[in-house]
Amino acid sequence: MFYRENGQFKTSYKADEQIFPIRQDRIAIALLLAIAFIAVPLLAPEYLFRAILIPFVILSLAAIGLNILVGYCGQISLGTGAFMAVGAYAAYNFNVRIEGMPLVLSLLLGGACATLVGVLFGIPSLRIKGLYLAVATLAAQFFVDWSFLRIKWFTNDSSSGSVTVSGLQVLGIPIESPVQKYLFCLTLVTVFALMAKNLVRGAIGREWMAMRDMDVAAAVIGIRPVYAKLTAFAVSSFIVGVAGGLWGFVHLGSWEPAAFSIDRSFQLLFMVIIGGLGSIMGSFFGAAFIVILPIFLNQLPAWLNIPMSTATASHLESMIFGALIVFFLIVEPHGLARLWSIAKEKLRLWPFPH
Amino acid sequence: MAFFLEALIGGLMAGMLYSLIALGFVLIYKASGVFNFAQGAMVLFAALAMARFSEWIPQWLGFDNKILANVLAFAAAAVCMMIVAWAMERWVLGKLVNQEGITLLMATLGASYFLDGSGQMIFGSDIYKIDVGMPKDPVFLLESVFQGGVLVNKEDVYAALIAAALVAALALFFQKTSTGRALRAVADDHQAAQSIGIPLNRIWIIVWSVAGLVALVAGIIWGSKLGVQFSLQLVALKALPVVILGGLTSVPGAIIGGLIIGVGEKLSEIYIGPYMGGGIEIWFAYVMALLFLLVRPQGLFGEKIIDRV
Repeated sequence: MFYRENGQFKTSYKADEQIFPIRQDRIAIALLLAIAFIAVPLLAPEYLFRAILIPFVILSLAAIGLNILVGYCGQISLGTGAFMAVGAYAAYNFNVRIEGMPLVLSLLLGGACATLVGVLFGIPSLRIKGLYLAVATLAAQFFVDWSFLRIKWFTNDSSSGSVTVSGLQVLGIPIESPVQKYLFCLTLVTVFALMAKNLVRGAIGREWMAMRDMDVAAAVIGIRPVYAKLTAFAVSSFIVGVAGGLWGFVHLGSWEPAAFSIDRSFQLLFMVIIGGLGSIMGSFFGAAFIVILPIFLNQLPAWLNIPMSTATASHLESMIFGALIVFFLIVEPHGLARLWSIAKEKLRLWPFPH
Repeated sequence: MAFFLEALIGGLMAGMLYSLIALGFVLIYKASGVFNFAQGAMVLFAALAMARFSEWIPQWLGFDNKILANVLAFAAAAVCMMIVAWAMERWVLGKLVNQEGITLLMATLGASYFLDGSGQMIFGSDIYKIDVGMPKDPVFLLESVFQGGVLVNKEDVYAALIAAALVAALALFFQKTSTGRALRAVADDHQAAQSIGIPLNRIWIIVWSVAGLVALVAGIIWGSKLGVQFSLQLVALKALPVVILGGLTSVPGAIIGGLIIGVGEKLSEIYIGPYMGGGIEIWFAYVMALLFLLVRPQGLFGEKIIDRV
């Protein structure tokens, strides 16, 4: 009854081309942003920021980046962790080696370096397809892991192999408390999410999708595969690189290559698939699901007062995690975003079924 | 020269073991189009079952004969792998028919978490050893040709022989039995196979069971080399470049790819590694496979993919 576009006439091209053409959607998004930016920082306890909100926000950004590559352009990548690592370590080097480098600029430059590496490892995608490509991207993962472990220059010759950043600030405002970190990440994620949404609506997004649906046909109608695939790799690894920088700088503070291991790549792929391939909104759903689920499973025995050794608990956790993933793939192979759009369709008719 | 030969033989032996795991991938991919990321977890699960049953069965039945214990444990572990295969078909793949490759890949990743958790929960998560009586002493070959001869680990030779025997048995099974023929038919074309009355579900259970048996053999060999522990499943990651190098759909490709990767890895570690700070074998196989794929995108023996609009 309330969610329908009846009576909302579009009288200009501009109105026709806006991101959220339905007024109720605009109101919902504005409300959501207001809650995220104002209500949550006022109300949420500190633990919630550290354990859930900050990782959720940063990993959503990485998931958006990966979704552009996998969901929109159809190139499976198992090397996302590597691109995050490149972003984080490059940002670290810019930050440490250049005196007075602003934080945002070093994060963006980190993203730019990740772009370069991403394009380099994206070149095989011009020849290799599908599962072969998926395994080939693992080359990026292992190579990058190795180089940050073994090449001392990248870690500024730190003896322990881990790197640390401190004294983060933007425009003179320090980013130290969890609330400040959360707001900083949230701002960046909002900007990038809007940018990504606009990109995938535009000409280039359509090229990516054409490439995904059938690359030969797309090439026949005049879309250059080289351009489409490599831009997807570039944009995706830029966003993933910035997310990696945030993960290292803001969430971890001090990190080593293991923070961006192959498990991270799988985790991000899970987010994208459970959230929904080819959906920006779905990336947020997927990130929320994958971030919250392990914490929930971890707390469950304590809540239910079941005594359990830590080893048993962790094995049970991985069993339930695996089973839930399979369950989700069976019940809704198109991800949570699909459930979301079904709900919206239903809502348009509600409460009158016809 | 002797040193080079030693490295070469070492590489070939390691390669044989990689192909053993790669074989599991190829079998399943051929028959069901699933890229089975759970292969590593299956190896771990099988090895854990083998190690623990060979401890438990003598205790339960009250005898003390190592060979009998190992045989019984092998049988018990094989039954476990068949149950895993049946469960995979019944609850995971059977429900995901006609889904895209990436969804199936994710499902097997989920299954691998489940197998990891359940395997360690049932069988324990310490480091166990498998003792099937493989000799561990080194032998020297060609002592008359080179001074000092070529040092070869006897265990590796046995492992390679077992792997070769297994591959031969599989080849016979695929070529000569009616089940094998049905498997090949399913691999060729699901729908055509189904229309002439081959039961797909049963075929999938058989294929997963065979892959489980291959995982069991791989688990026993790797387990007796390295000890049975969680890191055993990482061995599967080393087999991935073998699979794509050889071609996802080719059994000989898995063998030859394994040998190439094994040798390349050993030689590169010895001759290039020192210049790059060592430890390059982790990524060298992948980069090698990647460069190779640039030339032949479908792998050495993979079917050529022809795109039509």
